[in-house]
Amino acid sequence: MDDLYWRVVDFLQAMAAGLLVGGTYGLMCVGLGIIFGVMRVVNFAHGDFMMLGMYVAFYLVTGFGTLAFLGPHVGPIVGALLAGPIVFVIGWLLHKYLIAQVTGVRVMSAEAEGHYAQIILTLGIALVLANGGLILFGSTPVSVQTPLSRESWEIGVIFFNQARTVGFVIAVLCALGLYLFLTRTNLGKALRAAADNPIAAAYVGIDVDRSHRIAFGLGVGITAVAGGLFAMSQSFQPYIGFDFVIVMYAGVVLGGMGSILGAFWGGLTIGLVQQMSTLVLPYQLQNTAIFVVFLIIVFFRPQGMFGRVWERT
Amino acid sequence: MTAKRRAFLWQYAAIAIFAVAYLALGFLVRNSYYQLMMTLVLIWATMGLGWNMLSGYSGMISFGHAAFFGLGAYTMTIAFVKFGITPWFGIPLGMVVGVIAGVLIGIPTFRLRGHYFALAMLAYPLAMLYVFEWLGYQEVSLPMKRENPAAYMQFNDQRVYMVISMAMMVACMIVSLHVERSRFGRSLLAIKQNLPAAEAAGINATRWRMYAMMLSAAMAAAAGGIYAVILLVVTPQTVFGALTSAQALIVTLFGGVGIFWGPVIGSAILIPLAETLHAELGHILPGIQGVVYGVAIIVIILAAPDGIYWKVRDRIVVRRAASTPEAKPGLQLHIAETMPLANDAHPRRQFGAPLLELDDVSRAFGGLKAVDEVTLSVPEGMIYGIIGPNGAGKTTLFNVLNGFLAADKGSMRFAGQEIGGLKPHEVCARGVGRTFQVVRAFPRMTVLENVVIGAFVGSKTDEEAEHLAREALRRVGMADAEMHMLAGGLTTKQLRLMELARALAPRPKLLLLDETLAGLGHDELESILPIIRQVNREGVTIVIIEHTMHAMVKLADHFCVLDHGRLIASGAPAEVTKDPAVIEAYLGKKWMDRAKDQVA
Repeated sequence: MDDLYWRVVDFLQAMAAGLLVGGTYGLMCVGLGIIFGVMRVVNFAHGDFMMLGMYVAFYLVTGFGTLAFLGPHVGPIVGALLAGPIVFVIGWLLHKYLIAQVTGVRVMSAEAEGHYAQIILTLGIALVLANGGLILFGSTPVSVQTPLSRESWEIGVIFFNQARTVGFVIAVLCALGLYLFLTRTNLGKALRAAADNPIAAAYVGIDVDRSHRIAFGLGVGITAVAGGLFAMSQSFQPYIGFDFVIVMYAGVVLGGMGSILGAFWGGLTIGLVQQMSTLVLPYQLQNTAIFVVFLIIVFFRPQGMFGRVWERT
Repeated sequence: MTAKRRAFLWQYAAIAIFAVAYLALGFLVRNSYYQLMMTLVLIWATMGLGWNMLSGYSGMISFGHAAFFGLGAYTMTIAFVKFGITPWFGIPLGMVVGVIAGVLIGIPTFRLRGHYFALAMLAYPLAMLYVFEWLGYQEVSLPMKRENPAAYMQFNDQRVYMVISMAMMVACMIVSLHVERSRFGRSLLAIKQNLPAAEAAGINATRWRMYAMMLSAAMAAAAGGIYAVILLVVTPQTVFGALTSAQALIVTLFGGVGIFWGPVIGSAILIPLAETLHAELGHILPGIQGVVYGVAIIVIILAAPDGIYWKVRDRIVVRRAASTPEAKPGLQLHIAETMPLANDAHPRRQFGAPLLELDDVSRAFGGLKAVDEVTLSVPEGMIYGIIGPNGAGKTTLFNVLNGFLAADKGSMRFAGQEIGGLKPHEVCARGVGRTFQVVRAFPRMTVLENVVIGAFVGSKTDEEAEHLAREALRRVGMADAEMHMLAGGLTTKQLRLMELARALAPRPKLLLLDETLAGLGHDELESILPIIRQVNREGVTIVIIEHTMHAMVKLADHFCVLDHGRLIASGAPAEVTKDPAVIEAYLGKKWMDRAKDQVA
């Protein structure tokens, strides 16, 4: 009887942890989902933009202590949010000078050739960011220090890590805000038009390359915020991006490539899978569980749970 | 000696000269660090050759070759450490394990396209990485064998490893050379350039890709095995890590994709560069190696997307081409133009038994019935025209016929045998050729090479395939001078003829022509019609989709009309074109009523 009780508690605890982590994953996936949805570009460097967001938050809060005046509770949150605009600018510039060379209007007619170049180019950017990060930031794992990460709220017998809970709430708010931006504002609508049919969008006067640039900046910026939030409860080093590329793609594919709302649910599900796999699998294999889920989704439902089937004859 | 044999001998000679020169340099170098670096160049070149075998030739980009590299390394290591098996056997064993993994990974993963394939491949080595860590193989060292070290591939002299690695790399180069110059490599290239066209031309994409995957995995596993022997210690991060997969791709892209010299060139430039920088600056700039690789592929993809080899080669070829006189494309069609326009007036033609019979064939996309209960029968020897407005389901019908799409119901019989459910290459092998509405060429091959691809299905040897291809090109009236032009630079008419020749090359019994005349000017059109008739007179039954009504009336013996997926009329051309239902389908009901009003 006692045994069963603790099992149920373990289960609920893993589920709570999964939900909290999943919220942040969801926001990361939304960032990646925007880029794929609008540009149809597979961005392999996405994990490294998340890593940049983590370090921006780290240096603002702990490293240089710029935000120390905000106190240990508010400072890290503001740091994470500030990572967004900073990484947005980096993404904007990278798009302008590198990625736009192989995407957008320029390669609309070249089908497979375009993808090939994009995948390779973003892989190159990923290598430069990760290893450049190693040079700039060093290889010692760091984390954003906040008392929140050591405190928990207790609801019944279930513990909610405060840093993760705060991260979850802010992630959900950011995702909602982005959703409203894309559906309610003219700029957001233009982005979605450019996503749906770049050629038609160009004909009605939408600057497709500019839309792509905004989408790319926005996508990496959003993920950087998620990274900053995640940095409150997780230590990291410059190579962390590679692992997260699969986590994020698993979420995006699960939600349906191109569906932004779907990406959030996908990320949330991945968080749940990762945390709950520890109930049955050894701790080291939690990422393997994600990869297996990812492969299963890709094989059986590549259009995802929310995506539409688009096939060209 | 044939030109082909001579070309092979030249390549062998080049490989031999390279190997001897490299080893000579290696033996002159005294510093063991540089000797190690020179060995690593060979190992990464081998790894790149493995990547190139799958991704370079067939175009399916793999981010997961570390899976095979790691399995090769760990198989050898575990066999050595746990069972005392010497690497001399351990490395081949690792290659076997790699090939098995390749097959197991290939079976599900080849169903994926583009992004999904690349992403799925990325997941395999990372999943393995965690599994090997969990199994407790975080760091495994090879035991030193004091007695009889040579039997365990342990040498004090680094140069022995260099010789072994060189032997391995040369073997992979020779295998790659033979793949490139054979039906195998040509088929992979066709798959890379245009998958539907390759399948319709009778190429079994799944089979060739699987062979490529197996060879590719074996090469990567061999590289992994010898890498572990030399470094004496393996960790999951170094052999399964994402950087390992990336390095395979980077050396190949940098040096040249789809050519066996590519990975060798790339490795010879990048590995020493990155290693040297790492040695000189590694203590202050720890990630400098990765930065160099990253910058290398960013620069290469923007400046020379196919790699150094092709950049240099294109320069040379352009210079050479400028000094030879231009081929004159105006010489074509002399045969065709002198041919009498025999069945212009539709003399009573005799047809044989039904060659193609469709019974109640349907295909829907969601709620849209693209092909709706179509029943028709095409007698042998006929030119059978299918007409209908845009979106009537004509092309879908062809796609169902040649196996691109499965029919939802109904039966399709060709020469008395059911062809429903066959794959495109199988339908092609039965004797059904097709062309496409939008020409699907292999743009980077010459006209002759394009047609040779189509001839593979009807021939046993490569020589026979070339013979068939030349025959087909002559049948469509293409001049010898045009055969060696790149398909990417042809005019619409030349493309249409080339595609027709590709479909004709395996000597099919039935040709499906999808708007072969579209996009042609009046004169061009008039010059192609006799070719189609001539092909038909030589015994090929033809089903043709066409928009240009006046051309169709001249060409076809029989018309059938599709509208919204349904067969609304069928009969002699003169009758069908007067059918009110047909006029309505083409012009709309309003026009129909107006036409009636005018009559009344």
